[in-house]
Amino acid sequence: MSTLETAEHPEKLRRVAIDPVSRVEGHGKVTILLDDNNKVHQVRLHIVEFRGFEKFIQGRPYWEVPVMAPRLCGICPVSHHLAAAKAMDMIIGAERLTPTAEKIRRLMHYGQIMQSHALHFFHLCSPDLLFGFSSEVARRNIVGVAAEYPDIARQGVLLRKFGQEVIRITAGKRIHGTGAIPGGVNKALTREERDTLLADVYQMIAWSRDAVHLVRRLFEQNLEEYNAFGRFRAHQLSLVRADGAMDLYHGGLRARSMDGDILFDHFDYRHYWDVIFEDVKSWSYMKFPFLRSLGPERGWYRVGPLTRVANCDFIPTPFADKERCEFLAFDDGRAAGATLGFHWARMIEMLHAVECIKDLLHDDDILGDDLVTSGERAGRGVGVIEAPRGTLIHHYRVDENDLVIRANLIVSTTHNNQAMNEAVRQVAIQYLDGHEVTEALLNHIEVAIRAFDPCLSCATHALGKMPLEVELVDAEGSVVSRLAKSSDGSFSA
Amino acid sequence: MAEPRKKLKLATATLAGCFGCHMSFLDIDEHLFELVEWVEFDRSPFTDIKQVGACDIGLIEGGLCNAENVHVLRDFRKHCKILVAVGACAINGGLPAQRNPIPLRAILDEVYLTEPGLAHGGIPNDPELPLPLNKVHPIHEVVKVDYFLPGCPPSGEAIWKFLTDLLAGREPTLDHTLIHYD
Ligand code: SF4
Repeated sequence: MSTLETAEHPEKLRRVAIDPVSRVEGHGKVTILLDDNNKVHQVRLHIVEFRGFEKFIQGRPYWEVPVMAPRLCGICPVSHHLAAAKAMDMIIGAERLTPTAEKIRRLMHYGQIMQSHALHFFHLCSPDLLFGFSSEVARRNIVGVAAEYPDIARQGVLLRKFGQEVIRITAGKRIHGTGAIPGGVNKALTREERDTLLADVYQMIAWSRDAVHLVRRLFEQNLEEYNAFGRFRAHQLSLVRADGAMDLYHGGLRARSMDGDILFDHFDYRHYWDVIFEDVKSWSYMKFPFLRSLGPERGWYRVGPLTRVANCDFIPTPFADKERCEFLAFDDGRAAGATLGFHWARMIEMLHAVECIKDLLHDDDILGDDLVTSGERAGRGVGVIEAPRGTLIHHYRVDENDLVIRANLIVSTTHNNQAMNEAVRQVAIQYLDGHEVTEALLNHIEVAIRAFDPCLSCATHALGKMPLEVELVDAEGSVVSRLAKSSDGSFSA
Repeated sequence: MAEPRKKLKLATATLAGCFGCHMSFLDIDEHLFELVEWVEFDRSPFTDIKQVGACDIGLIEGGLCNAENVHVLRDFRKHCKILVAVGACAINGGLPAQRNPIPLRAILDEVYLTEPGLAHGGIPNDPELPLPLNKVHPIHEVVKVDYFLPGCPPSGEAIWKFLTDLLAGREPTLDHTLIHYD
């Protein structure tokens, strides 16, 4: 772990803030403390908003949860919808969904992976990669991309649109749909709906392959910079299928050490607390999860596309698996350990998701009408899914009156909290240390954060939100707008 | 659309919202390319402009849950000729306001101190973290709002109809199929 988390004498240092971090979902802020020679002493990524979902969901009937939880995050609402629904499947004893219900849910989920990955790459990150990290501010956005690379921008918009349409057709609406219910789904797919999607799916596969190749070309053109950028070593965590395949909807937990050794495999996520604990730090509303066996200092890990692509044994769709093999072999495997490798892995997953959508649309079960099942009622439900940004855990206890009495969520971005801080610190050392701080240099910090595709909305679920702002303040001079806590724990401005 | 004129300036911000209203804005799909013939983006999560400048239209997602939200909102009001409250959270607090009946301290305690599975508990209290408000407030309680666009989120079609009306100089009207209060 790098040592830049806490400076010894913060009062003597100059503060630079990036607030809000832009082209990410939600609110985050970075603060950097520098001395007179611009040497970096402290770098922190803060989540500054707090929601309190775990508390206010208590007392609500369990069937409301899959409708309320998505409102934590409008970028991946389907992930919260499905993780909550999976937890509630356990509550009503629906051990195994009907084939049609499971396939419709999977279709919804792959639509979600696709739209979220397309959004992140094309709308948010492609300007950095296509124009360069130091390019002019005014151009660094999707409008700039549309002006210079109209085909790329257009394909990005249409890929996202297709994913959103898959969601609308399976969930009822594009954002905050309600298709999944405890024990199954509430809407069958019509033949017409299926055929509409089938008409475009092959085009989507072609464009997704192009997207993977685009990232590969960018790596080839900037090999040294991309491989070294914000590089750090981390343990890894993701779900894998029983046979080791990538499975974004369901599986057991696999953790791998930074040296590649398996720490645990096919761990039943219904007891996740046996392997994962959380830590709190005073300067962020986002918690810091860690592997219990390694402890809070050494046990932090990384989740998300880069982890999943490397952590599984294979991807069970042909085009994506071929790309996976090439990615893992590229430059002796160095891209697969690079922070910017996230983008490449993300596009491989988008391709995988579209391939899965195609297969599901060709499966007759998808048009079935046996949608719901149930069994013996239970008091505890845990739902885990691989959301676009990584492993997402929902955990509820429900009393005999059907009311939620306890809730705990560990969202994808929270798992990556320490990892993102590490990446940001590496970039600060590589690019900022000893230099005059400029907007372009600060954008490098944001490029590192964006690679993780953090969803600061989700990570805010407890009572937090994450903005990124940039300003310089003299240490002696004005102190930033202040949140102070007195000894009894009460807050004052 | 008719012949493009001098571009109007459009800013967007998210306060205590889930970003879903911004996603719904992107659900205008290919219309985005038409829109940018008419408007230029100012501060928005989709650009790297961090300080809002003089703007014609400001779209706000989310209510107010901390002091920083209030600051951003006031700044937007000052800089935007037309301010639009987009979605349930901006209009009435939405999901985040579900915490309002519970004392803030009780929520913080539960999340950071008493929840099982915590190694070192402790309520975050760094000066870098903005002061949370005791309750989540809708934005019209703090600034004048010119238009309210309901829905959670309002659909991409609704947002597109609203913007095209506004840009064409018409009073925006949405028929009942485009208005919903979910
Ligand atoms: S209104 Fe709905 S979609 Fe919009 S920010 Fe609030 S919860 Fe999200």
